[in-house]
Amino acid sequence: MTELDFEFLCAFLKTRSGLSLTVDKRYLVESRLGTVCRQSGIDNLSLLVAQLRSGRRSDLETAVVEAMTTNETFFFRDKGPFDLFRDVLLPRFLAARASTRKLRIWCAAASTGQEPYSLAMLLDQASARTAGWQFEILATDISTEVLEKAKAGLYNQFEVQRGLPIQMLLKYFTQVGDQWQIAPHIRAKVDYWPLNLIKGFNHLGPFDIIYCRNVLIYFDKTTKTDVLERLTNIMMPDGALLLGAAETVIGLTDALSPDPVNRGLYGKASHSSATPPMGLVASS
Amino acid sequence: MQHCLVVDDSSVIRKVSRRILEEMNFRVSEAEDGEKALSICLADMPDVVLLDWNMPVMDGYEFLTRFRRLPGGERPKIVFCTTENDIAHISRALEAGADEYIMKPFDKDILTAKFQEVGAL
Repeated sequence: MTELDFEFLCAFLKTRSGLSLTVDKRYLVESRLGTVCRQSGIDNLSLLVAQLRSGRRSDLETAVVEAMTTNETFFFRDKGPFDLFRDVLLPRFLAARASTRKLRIWCAAASTGQEPYSLAMLLDQASARTAGWQFEILATDISTEVLEKAKAGLYNQFEVQRGLPIQMLLKYFTQVGDQWQIAPHIRAKVDYWPLNLIKGFNHLGPFDIIYCRNVLIYFDKTTKTDVLERLTNIMMPDGALLLGAAETVIGLTDALSPDPVNRGLYGKASHSSATPPMGLVASS
Repeated sequence: MQHCLVVDDSSVIRKVSRRILEEMNFRVSEAEDGEKALSICLADMPDVVLLDWNMPVMDGYEFLTRFRRLPGGERPKIVFCTTENDIAHISRALEAGADEYIMKPFDKDILTAKFQEVGAL
């Protein structure tokens, strides 16, 4: 792969998915796109780039974007954001939305479905308190391939062990050969839709809670700011945004402000300046 | 430093578990069967036990049953760790008093998540 090929791929991926690559990620490009070459019967990366330049291989364009997408995820990943949902956000929104009895949640980078299903299981466990409520969990991802896996709800032994307590495995999964499938009533709580975050998503909102974790880290500063501000636009005034442990809004936008009590939780700056921190609301 | 007892008749599993657990900052003891594991518990009670199911002399199930009958106060968390991955085995282990269940093979991520789940981390 020549320098020009690498520069083309960086620009291509930036435009298509927002992925910001630096020179030190060249090995990653070679490794992941080498697999695409083998699967597509293309001899080398330069020939792959030539095909992309032609603009006539939309199948290859999709394969390249999907190959460069990181899909690392597991059930209840990092634990804290899910404890926060169960102990703080859910009680808070059950009180705040008592008149409408509707709650809309968006998992913006859902990957293979473990995050939205974790939330769906927590909602199921709260069902005694939520009779008559309408919950909507929208799960989106740029990769249609991972969304297909998510919809099937089939996971291998490694995947179900990462973060999923054994009691929840027994309660919500059945064995299918050497795999485990999540229960139909949990699967039915989640709607999947392909979505590229660098494109428009205003039509999806508004949301009460948005999980957008471990995706902004792959974007450059301008793209992060753009995505964060558009996320803010489709949050309810008292809505909540959860980012990954290595992500922040500080230095990127003034439209959101961090919750002083709960790490990784953000609210609209205009709203949170006038109200106590979310954690304090829930514990009062 | 937390103390973890690894009970498994496979020296390879004990070695791999020890390496992962030491990375997780645990002090590690090893036993190759349930009987030796009970002796270690009586002399130096661990905080958590990583327990195999099928072992000679005294298997994990019998160890757990006898262990739960021991007099005394604080009890370690018990995490079953076996190749048996069917629901019947898992349910039996939980009914016997296991706190969590790991299906082999496992890695550091899985062990960390399970130990966090039982409050051993």
